[in-house]
Amino acid sequence: MPAITSSSVPPSVAGVDRNLDMSAHPAAIQVNGLDFYYSEHQVLFNVSLTVPERSVTALIGPSGCGKSTFLRTLNRMNDLIEGSRCVGQILVEGQNIMDPAVDVVLLRKHVGMVFQKSTPFPKSIFDNVAYGPRVAGETNRSVLADLVESCLKKAALWDEVKDRLTKSAMALSGGQQQRLCIARTLATNPRIILMDEPASALDPASTDRIENLIGELCANYTIVIVTHNMQQASRVSHQTAFFYKGVLVETGPTMKIFTGPSEKKTEDYITGRFG
Amino acid sequence: MSTRGSGTPRVAGQQSAPVSFISGTDGSIRRRLFLSRVFSWTCRFVTYAALAVLIVLLAAIIWSSVGRLAFDFVYNPNSSNPIKAGMLAGLWGSFWLILFTALFSVPVGVGSAIYLEEIAKDSFFVRVIKTNISNLAGVPSIVYGILGYTVFRSLAAVLKVWFDGQHAFNILGLFRLRLLKLPIYEDNILVGALTLTLVVLPTVISAAQEALRSVPSSIRVASLALGATRWQTIWRQVIPAALPGISTGVILSTSRAIGEAAPLIMLGALTITTMVPGNIDSPVKLITRPLQVLHAPLDQFTAMPIEIYDWSKRPDPQDRFTAVAASGIIVLMLVLLSVNAVAMVVRHYASRRLKW
Repeated sequence: MPAITSSSVPPSVAGVDRNLDMSAHPAAIQVNGLDFYYSEHQVLFNVSLTVPERSVTALIGPSGCGKSTFLRTLNRMNDLIEGSRCVGQILVEGQNIMDPAVDVVLLRKHVGMVFQKSTPFPKSIFDNVAYGPRVAGETNRSVLADLVESCLKKAALWDEVKDRLTKSAMALSGGQQQRLCIARTLATNPRIILMDEPASALDPASTDRIENLIGELCANYTIVIVTHNMQQASRVSHQTAFFYKGVLVETGPTMKIFTGPSEKKTEDYITGRFG
Repeated sequence: MSTRGSGTPRVAGQQSAPVSFISGTDGSIRRRLFLSRVFSWTCRFVTYAALAVLIVLLAAIIWSSVGRLAFDFVYNPNSSNPIKAGMLAGLWGSFWLILFTALFSVPVGVGSAIYLEEIAKDSFFVRVIKTNISNLAGVPSIVYGILGYTVFRSLAAVLKVWFDGQHAFNILGLFRLRLLKLPIYEDNILVGALTLTLVVLPTVISAAQEALRSVPSSIRVASLALGATRWQTIWRQVIPAALPGISTGVILSTSRAIGEAAPLIMLGALTITTMVPGNIDSPVKLITRPLQVLHAPLDQFTAMPIEIYDWSKRPDPQDRFTAVAASGIIVLMLVLLSVNAVAMVVRHYASRRLKW
């Protein structure tokens, strides 16, 4: 007997169909048998997951279950950690990104990332958004200006900052900073956006805006989001993956995970019996 | 177990005695407050005691300088007449020394710091270097003087033989100097500056490392995640963010070289001289006499601390050189203070470009 009924799951944000049939969508990311180690300590065990194109996949699970580590393997941010090691296959757009021939700089341009703590650079709002295109070689001022405007609009921040683009990004509120970071990521024109608890440090109103933004963005981008907030996972995602102690316990359409999970462990976590 | 606190310990379910907040009603608190006051007064005393000694020293120096300190002190050359003796040669010598010390130590020091903090992977070798940089900062400067004598002065002696002989080396126009019969010395400005570079380099590296470490790593990670290369991340994010710290740290540690006398004496810097490097005795000549500017780094020199040392030990029946030495100290301190002021201004402008 499922512990939760569909009526107790909060309504989804606009643009997210939680009963989506995965098999209909082509895969943006396909992970096969991924093991991950920090030195000798194994943190991911044989993880296999398919992320459909233009959808939101939420990764949930208790602290230390490996979901953030998993997220960071998708754009090889874990390379920065000395002694980390990865075994298995990660196909992004059909290419194995663990191939030594892969250029991580190009990979990260196509697989953007938004962090838990908003990290604006100590520069102006304009320079923050223009940073990605600039490091990629764009110098034309009007191209940059158009790009900055369109990305800030996509991130629902334009109206709030259009009069102070040259002012410091540090003066923005926490929620605005996080949307700025999303705009900054969009400016590199990625196909996939990874979000590591993007709203966990924000107030409810800002969280709400970020969630609605995710609903809008998934029409054009593939999004993978790590969240501690299960209500949030149920609101914003098409599919949900539940991690526990480094193992991907269950994955499926969000509605199914939240109303009729097939694993006892998932049900216990969803209903708050542990975690 | 101490029950000296505020009365008896509380027991669950038992109403505790009414508490008084009036001062002086609790003996133990009075005792602790007394100790606290003693401690803060002790700290205050040692601070002001150090300050008092400094003020006494300054007052004594200013008092001693009476009789010589005047404007002509900075533009008169040295002299055996204490009324005429001035610091011109020392000022120019120190200027050239510090200029070349900065030119050598800033790129090497900042580059090493960037390598150690941003690029090098953590290895045994890197850890050994990091630990020993702070040890090197503690090495007495006279030791660097001996090193400079052995390495740089010997090298300069070899070059001098080459250029004074009929060898056809012609780098940096040195050949032209020889044609103009401008002498090249082995105890020259460059040798002094290279030695002073050794003295200040550990401090410069440490200061730059400290500034780089204070840049939050989230900035680096965010930059890399946006598809920037490591070089772009260092150049566009880390260095601008660390620049106020790097520039002040570097200016302050380089200015240490202004006051160094020991390694220069070791190298054989002149003590009694009226001669100015390259014969450039006014800022205007820096522009109007290019060949002399080229000659200055290869010329002999003296420096402010060396002149002060010389004046203070010079035998004079009426102790008239005491006033000269004191005046020299005041000029040296004013120079150091203005360098520190420059560091503050640079810090202000470098951080204004950042938008924290």
